[in-house]
Amino acid sequence: MMPFTMPSLIAVDWWALGAVIALSVGAMLLLVLEFVPAPPASNRGAFVTLLALLAAAGSVLEVRDARRSLFDGMFLHDGFTVFFTVLFCVIGAVAVLQSWDYVKRTRINHGEYYALLLSSTLGMVLMAASNDLITIFLGLELMSLALYVLVGFRRTRLDSSEAAMKYFLLGAFASGFLLYGIALLYGATGTTNLAKVAMFLADSPMIGNPMLIVGGLLLLVGFGFKVAAVPFHMWTPDAYEGAPTTVTGYMSAGAKAAGFAALLRVLLVAFPPLMSEWRPILSWIAALTMTVGNVTALLQTNVKRMLAYSSIAHAGYLLVAVVAGGLDGGSAALFYLAVYSFMNLGAFGVLALLGRGAEERVTIKDLAGLGFRSPMLGLAMTVFMLSLGGVPPTSGFMGKVYLFSVAVKAGLIPLVIVGVLNSVVSVFYYLRVTVAMYMQEPGAEPVEIAWAPSAAIAVVITLALTLWWGVQAQDLLTTAQRSILGLL
Amino acid sequence: MTLALFAAFAALLVGCSLMVILHRNPVASALFLVLAFCSLAGLYLLLHAEFVAMVQVIVYAGAIMVLFLFVIMYLNLRHDVEQGIAVAVRRGAGWILGILLLAETVAFFKGRWAEGPVSAPDLAPVAGNTQAIGQVLYTRYLFPFEITSVLLLVAMVGAVVIAKGRGPGLHPAAPAADAAADAKAAAPDHAGGEA
Amino acid sequence: MTEYVPVLLFLLVAIGFAGGTIGLSSLIVPRRRNAVKNSSYECGVEPVGDALQRFTVKFYLVAVLFILFDIEAVFLYPWAVTFRRLGLYGLIEMALFIVILFVGYVYLLRKRALEWD
Repeated sequence: MMPFTMPSLIAVDWWALGAVIALSVGAMLLLVLEFVPAPPASNRGAFVTLLALLAAAGSVLEVRDARRSLFDGMFLHDGFTVFFTVLFCVIGAVAVLQSWDYVKRTRINHGEYYALLLSSTLGMVLMAASNDLITIFLGLELMSLALYVLVGFRRTRLDSSEAAMKYFLLGAFASGFLLYGIALLYGATGTTNLAKVAMFLADSPMIGNPMLIVGGLLLLVGFGFKVAAVPFHMWTPDAYEGAPTTVTGYMSAGAKAAGFAALLRVLLVAFPPLMSEWRPILSWIAALTMTVGNVTALLQTNVKRMLAYSSIAHAGYLLVAVVAGGLDGGSAALFYLAVYSFMNLGAFGVLALLGRGAEERVTIKDLAGLGFRSPMLGLAMTVFMLSLGGVPPTSGFMGKVYLFSVAVKAGLIPLVIVGVLNSVVSVFYYLRVTVAMYMQEPGAEPVEIAWAPSAAIAVVITLALTLWWGVQAQDLLTTAQRSILGLL
Repeated sequence: MTLALFAAFAALLVGCSLMVILHRNPVASALFLVLAFCSLAGLYLLLHAEFVAMVQVIVYAGAIMVLFLFVIMYLNLRHDVEQGIAVAVRRGAGWILGILLLAETVAFFKGRWAEGPVSAPDLAPVAGNTQAIGQVLYTRYLFPFEITSVLLLVAMVGAVVIAKGRGPGLHPAAPAADAAADAKAAAPDHAGGEA
Repeated sequence: MTEYVPVLLFLLVAIGFAGGTIGLSSLIVPRRRNAVKNSSYECGVEPVGDALQRFTVKFYLVAVLFILFDIEAVFLYPWAVTFRRLGLYGLIEMALFIVILFVGYVYLLRKRALEWD
């Protein structure tokens, strides 16, 4: 009998794996707790979720400077992983704070809600930490499956079910593309490990080989769906509009960041040899995504839908950073992702506060006069809108400045011109919200504001981060640069 | 012997696949699909891919087909005869796409495909293909394997949330009543949203 | 290929038995048709409508859950044939796998997802 080696469990760095363990144990605990009776107003689920997220983030931070390669190089613990794990955990925690009262108000307060939230966070962490196409795919499926259900969580509403249906069908389609791409890449290179793919490509230049090209293209299509890049963005407006508002905020920040994390790792680790092939493709996708997203957003009257198109546009800006590549492009992408996540979460958090009971009032008309009726909320929403539009002194401005300057340095002048023009266009529709809040009279039946302490904390956190990174961007920037360093 | 078996399985596969799309009764089509899956499993066996053959039978001929049959039974079978321009268009599109696919396949076979890795991944020589898979799956691929169980768990929860509704003891009403309740629940919200 | 000869024999016997019984019975069966005999049997109750009824969607849940546990079985199969070599290590990892799915099973039971009503 041939001996074969067992991976030693003793040698595993349990701190590095802590996030995965904390998140999956938390999700299972929530499922079991479903059957331990609790008073109807209990927030047990939210508590457990927060604890799990805290434990996950704390665990990776404990060994933040370590570099570990676990399970035969499938799971990498490096700066990149730490950055994204902490980002996902904070995004998840903010989403929990926003959901705290929202799920009770809209009567979707079930243990499964938080269990699925934790599972999708686990999926995102896996996507960022995987150094292997197989685990990237598993993480993506884990995240997507949980999100499909969360989008359709308001089962009594037709638009929620329809959104889940569309998201699921297109998402499953995208997963199919991605898996087929992985299979072709495996066929061409004989490995799914990203580092080994890079080694193989450097050794035997198979540029122009149809199997490799088709595999790579399918991979791009799959990721394009997940980050909502044009022309694979069709699901976004419907899914964002139909989902419970807190879920929309969570997926617009988390799922996009996870998609970009995986895309960055794949492109920067495995495919630098093919750079000349994927750069023009991604440039065109980036230009299209920015333009289509912003122009369509101009036409929306539903703010959730408008923010969906705006998130498509932001995917376009991020793709510019990916095209720029290298240390600068990578750190610009990380910086922008962190900044974008919190301003977007904040905007959806404000929207989640509007309405009584299960009603949803998120059109621009509903926001009329909000600035006077609730100065704090109006101010917060204004800051988020300005930041999304890239107006100083907000974090969105710093993100765009850094991103475009990196792109100029990389010689992507046409893309930068398209991007800046688009940013100007985007200010129009973001300002429409502000104008409605401060310069229009509320309608006959003004929208009710469902204040809750936890949601207020979430607004304060996102607001503080958006303003802080607007004036003090250096720390985040250094962190982003340090995090990307391990990849190159 | 192998060639004869291959010919038999391949002929069965092609014949069954044709019957799947040509048979008028959808349930019979589904059963032909089962037979097609089984003959495909036979082909896998001829390639010494025992594990894939087994998965083909257990998952596809077993589970996936159950799902297919259920879907057929949810549909309204009495209204399955379609006519008119839509069908003609669909048929035309089907032909065009089929021919395109054929052309693509021919082009691919003529073109230069990847030679692939120089040597096959090294595996300990073992009795069967299944054993080799087991050895790799439970050692090198331990991590994805455990993640798969979480994935299956999430799929279970998702299926229950979507199909079953909430809380123990709370059962969804009959489909018609459910839809009516949905419409009723959704209507005021829409009205509120546009007010 | 010789190890598959028993499978082939088994297949032939199965086909022969099935074909033989149906063929034989169709040869010797008496044919006396009438309306009652041709109607579908519904436990002695007068048949209403036809058999092409739509099922309610809750059966779908059963089918989906069947697939999920079927996949679990697929994972058990290669484990079973390598179990001896994997030893305690293999036992622990499979136990973890099954415990995670067992949480799902308990959840299903408590949600009454597997009950007919």
